[in-house]
Amino acid sequence: MPDATGPDQIFQRALADKEIVLPRCDDCGAFHFFPRVLCPHCHGTAISWKPASGKGRVHTTTVVRRKPERGGDYNVCMVELEEGVRMMSRVEGVAPGDVVIDMAVTAFVGEAEGAPVVLFRPAEA
Amino acid sequence: MTDQLRGKSTIVGTGHAGFGEAHGLTAYDVMAQSALAALGDAGLTLSDVDGLFCTMMEDSMPALMAAEYLGIQPRFIDGTMSGGSSFVNYLTSATMALDAGLCDVALIVYGSNQRTASGKLVTASRPPAYEAPYNPRYPISAYAMAAARHMHEYGTTREQLADVAVAARAWAQHNPEAFERGPLTREDVLGARMVGDPLTTRDCCLVTDGGGAVVLVRADRARDFPKPPVYVLGSAAESSHRQISQMKDFTVTAARASGKRAFAAAGVSPGDIQAVELYDAFTINTILFLEDLGFCAKGEGGAFVENGRIAPDGALPVNTNGGGLSCVHPGMYGIFTVIEAARQIRGDAPGIQLNDIDLALAHGNGGVLSSQVTAILGSQATL
Repeated sequence: MPDATGPDQIFQRALADKEIVLPRCDDCGAFHFFPRVLCPHCHGTAISWKPASGKGRVHTTTVVRRKPERGGDYNVCMVELEEGVRMMSRVEGVAPGDVVIDMAVTAFVGEAEGAPVVLFRPAEA
Repeated sequence: MTDQLRGKSTIVGTGHAGFGEAHGLTAYDVMAQSALAALGDAGLTLSDVDGLFCTMMEDSMPALMAAEYLGIQPRFIDGTMSGGSSFVNYLTSATMALDAGLCDVALIVYGSNQRTASGKLVTASRPPAYEAPYNPRYPISAYAMAAARHMHEYGTTREQLADVAVAARAWAQHNPEAFERGPLTREDVLGARMVGDPLTTRDCCLVTDGGGAVVLVRADRARDFPKPPVYVLGSAAESSHRQISQMKDFTVTAARASGKRAFAAAGVSPGDIQAVELYDAFTINTILFLEDLGFCAKGEGGAFVENGRIAPDGALPVNTNGGGLSCVHPGMYGIFTVIEAARQIRGDAPGIQLNDIDLALAHGNGGVLSSQVTAILGSQATL
């Protein structure tokens, strides 16, 4: 396999190594998410990758209601990272209904359907 | 649309088909029946149509499929797919095409059999790669998160959300074409099954079959048709994102921009509008759009809709057919905002006909609060 070159490949391969990296524009200095070949803020094309701090806050949240026999309720939320980007994710380690807006959370690399994904847990106080 | 196009096109026919359950029919069957109904209303036939504006949920080339099915060879087509807002958006492209002489009779049409075919939203679109692993339920999880944020920032309550559904039902109870006409109280909405917190099943639009169509011609031909003409005074669009995770502010939609430009093009303001037809896929939509279109200030939408203020005999008539919440919602609802606005102006609304309506607003929403399109329609008196 050649080295990862596309933005999605770079992000996914880092995840496979249990690392969360975020794209940041060399021109304007702003982070963005999802990964892409240009900066959506200034449209610059020089993009570098930075390790994510992993610190974030729940921006908004919902509980997807599902019958217990099909796995039960689960959380879907938007997390705003310290770097200023938001991503969809899930907070684990608390009941789905106990995930609240502004809750401080910490990222970790978990798994969904056999693939590594970014998940969150409540931040240590 | 700029004010150069103000009043250049006119709706001369509206039609619909397959409301509720269209057993045994395909989505294209319902589309074609809707087209025939609208053309019949205008005193025209399919062979008169040379401009086709259509998208469907199931195909990647729906405008071609529709033209083929209808047995026409249009010289102008627009199949732009911006979700449920597409059919309001076509008012702009149809007006442009008519004004430029690229077509003479424009047919905007849609049809769906989603209720009898599958009982849920049929869609050809793929889940976004950076959202799919978390299994959001589309589209409700997106709207639920917008509602949660609005409640957090502005103190909007579940009771206020429920009152949107109650008002829609109150209008629908007078509309023989509406699918859900039984009584509905605030308590019924709050007590219904929670599907995506804070939204219950009664905060969500219906899943029905149905299709709709409108026929437009250049305004200079407006008086050659059996029904009173309804002019497109202004229409404008703005697109802010596709994926809900890319929405910058979960409490502000691009309707703020589309509305501002549509009002400017029409030369009117929110206070002039006598009937408001909004794409109410979920109860939060109505609150967001009333705020963003300028009917009330940001954050005040909850109080604005409370206690029957948008129901019959309330302060502002909103979704006078019962909306997507109680009248019809076949996958994409946008065309029905245009049809109800036009019929209120013509004076042949199927439910409560308001008195002397000269100005009505139709607002389409597409995707997950992604595409916003506002149109302002007017009677002959508004030209």
